[in-house]
Amino acid sequence: MTIQDDTVRRTGMSVPLAPPRRLVELSIDGETIAVPEGETILTACETAGKDIPTLCYGDTLTPKNACRVCVVELEGARVLAPACSRKVEAGMVVKTDSERARHSRKLVLELLASSVDLSTTPRAAEWLESYGAEPERFGPAAAPAAIGERDKLHAGAHELPSGEAAATVHQPPKVDNELYVRDYAKCILCYKCVDACGEQWQNTFAIGVAGRGFDARISTEHNNPLPDSACVYCGNCIEVCPTGALSFKSEFDRRAEGSWDESRQTQTTTICTYCGVGCNVTLHVQDNEIVKVTSPHENPVTHGNLCIKGRFGFQHVQNRRRD
Amino acid sequence: MFGAGGGTSSYQEIEETDVIVMWGSNARETHPIFFHHLLKGVRNGARLFVVDPRRTSSAKWADRWLGLNVGTDIALANAVAREIIHAGLYNETFVRRATTGFEELKAAVEPWTLEVAAQETGVPADSIRELAHAYARADRAQICWTLGITEHHNATDNVRALINLSLLTGHVGRYGSGLNPLRGQNNVQGGGDMGAIPNRLAGFQDILDPEVRQKFGSAWGVEIQPRYGKHLTQMLEAMDEGTLTSVYCIGENPAQSEADAGHTIKRLKGLDHLVVQDIFLTRTAELADVVLPAAAAWCESDGTVTNSERRVQRVRKALDPPPGARDDIDIICEIARRMGHDWNHPSAEDIWNEVRSLSPMHYGMTYERLERLHGIQWPCFSLDELEPTYLHHRLWEADPDKRGEPAPFKAVEHALPVDVLDDDFPLRMTTGRRLDSYNTGVQSSGYDSPLRRGETLDLGPEDAEQLGVTEGELVRIVSRRGSIIAPVRLDTALRRGLVFMTFHFPDEIDVNALTIEATDPIAGTSEYKATAVRVERLSRAEAEKGLIAQRKQAQDRAALAR
Repeated sequence: MTIQDDTVRRTGMSVPLAPPRRLVELSIDGETIAVPEGETILTACETAGKDIPTLCYGDTLTPKNACRVCVVELEGARVLAPACSRKVEAGMVVKTDSERARHSRKLVLELLASSVDLSTTPRAAEWLESYGAEPERFGPAAAPAAIGERDKLHAGAHELPSGEAAATVHQPPKVDNELYVRDYAKCILCYKCVDACGEQWQNTFAIGVAGRGFDARISTEHNNPLPDSACVYCGNCIEVCPTGALSFKSEFDRRAEGSWDESRQTQTTTICTYCGVGCNVTLHVQDNEIVKVTSPHENPVTHGNLCIKGRFGFQHVQNRRRD
Repeated sequence: MFGAGGGTSSYQEIEETDVIVMWGSNARETHPIFFHHLLKGVRNGARLFVVDPRRTSSAKWADRWLGLNVGTDIALANAVAREIIHAGLYNETFVRRATTGFEELKAAVEPWTLEVAAQETGVPADSIRELAHAYARADRAQICWTLGITEHHNATDNVRALINLSLLTGHVGRYGSGLNPLRGQNNVQGGGDMGAIPNRLAGFQDILDPEVRQKFGSAWGVEIQPRYGKHLTQMLEAMDEGTLTSVYCIGENPAQSEADAGHTIKRLKGLDHLVVQDIFLTRTAELADVVLPAAAAWCESDGTVTNSERRVQRVRKALDPPPGARDDIDIICEIARRMGHDWNHPSAEDIWNEVRSLSPMHYGMTYERLERLHGIQWPCFSLDELEPTYLHHRLWEADPDKRGEPAPFKAVEHALPVDVLDDDFPLRMTTGRRLDSYNTGVQSSGYDSPLRRGETLDLGPEDAEQLGVTEGELVRIVSRRGSIIAPVRLDTALRRGLVFMTFHFPDEIDVNALTIEATDPIAGTSEYKATAVRVERLSRAEAEKGLIAQRKQAQDRAALAR
């Protein structure tokens, strides 16, 4: 919890305090900045007002270093460093926008955009443009896989592509329940959903990574439909998904019928109506109807997590309007 | 026990403690996000003990599951206390300085040797000993409980038995050590904080204290009654006696949530005047003379609620209520106006500021600070400081003046559930919630949960084999008060002799037709957790006939209510 100007009253009792952190000085794009030791380059860059693109980074999760879109150049380093996980060091000289860093990000974005549907990834179009990415240079996109086809691929059984089209993960969305949809044509394999479902938050372990290489995909055990899996529908995977591959069915349906309009939506944070834990729920409302529920990541009660009731149990309120 | 009713620790502390005892709580399903904090603690190295008759999904995370017989919590707690005392593991200094009644406690728990307790509770002696030693030896330890402790005829004694353990070991009043009753509803804690209990005004100020009455009386311009009111169970009794004839019921569905539902409906129908204010036309509302359609407090109005770690948080209006439904404040002010008191329709913040002016423990909680600090835990006496996240640190002060009143041990006696098991009713039925549903289902039935299976009679494979029933088979469940028909579901979490049902689907299967209205004399909670039942096999014809009758009964009940 950030206490800001409030101080905890001294009682003479032991209240654990983290050891004080020294400030570390480093240079970012020629500007000297001081941040507490143990912070990441990404945090330092944000402090310095730099806008670093991120995809697999999650503010509530341990960095996974999967997407490499946040790489920066460090003076004297052989390779580029992922800003999201690399800790600051005294005297570091960071270049966030060097030719080398830009070139690397451009390639990452091109590879992703050529193979994955980034249409609902916030800021993807802007980044593609600003880095001059040309995903179409790999050729026309290969035809989408039939539903379930990619899920049958076994590790090691990869066939050589023809080379005539750019390989993609395009496939129809998986709609197997009324609460949320898995559209893996939009999945960049950042693993955030796996971490949120697994040991970092939910500890349900309903999903993992199946397959290898380009055939790797997020899957339930034995590729079961969600209702036959260990899933408990907390939606904490949706909360961290950076591309919209995982979405509320209410959002998915509205997008399909063209009535999803974020410019007409309000976001209001209130408290869940169910048990006494006091989870903060942010209600996304369009036309006086709740269309999505998230939770503030910096909140000390939830850290962005909810259970099935908090995430999806709001319908009773609007059923009253239809009765 | 300590003066104000609330959990003594905070969620963060459960992540940084050494031993966690979940006693009568299946938080994995009923308080899932609290369980996130608990799992952080487990991953940080805390040992987890789960005390529950069922081997719940919470128990699956435990280092040790203590599967006690329903209603033997005091026997178990007393044995843990005795073991701690006999092993010399109690905190002698803390007990001497900060408590009273140790000798009485010692005498009361003396008969509860590990062997006697093992016999009574069904928990192996080694496990009781292990819990006692782990809890007493830990630097920091937490006891958390829920309705497994409080939905008994001796709820208050059950809680006291757990408090005794914390006082013996000094696991209270320090960071990481405490007692956490997890609240079942989003503002149960806040209702108590605000004085929606029979004996306190806002901020747990005793209504019998003349100074308190004077303070509130002069703020409100009225004289405040110098006596306690009635709790829910006493109100229901007063309806029987004919001394309570008018009821204004806000956001509660007693016609379905109370034990022995048939009796409750009769009482409500016997009232001269019943007003129900709710977001739905509940079964209770169907019985009412006047129904006041309300806005949903959590998303159609502004205000505050308090959670299980005493954190007061802002509730904000995100939606407009349906036509005709009005904010609770608006309705109450309008009623007041028609009764001749114009309160000028204050905003939620105006009312909150009045609370702050009268309740010292809320004084520092301005809306601005609540917003900025993600809510504030009470007490909060000052506008620029925060109190520690745990209560009762004064008990550790070396200076007796600062330490204040010692906390009393309360020796408590084990008493089995009121609904006794015998040859006619040999099975113990206990009730609880499932992850995706909530209480009588008024809210949770509104969404389409893939996890929902409807009401079932859950029983262990041994009992199923003995009864000769299989998964999905319709059986009749009979208690001393009623009978219902439900399908069987096999659950290996249940030991021999223990069956489980929820109460989420009262419109199809009314489980509270079975439960007993034995109540705790102080808290007034009913013994939902312990019903004696038998299970009868049915022929297909009987089952079909019975189901039709059950459905008709439910419809009749609804019609009767109308």
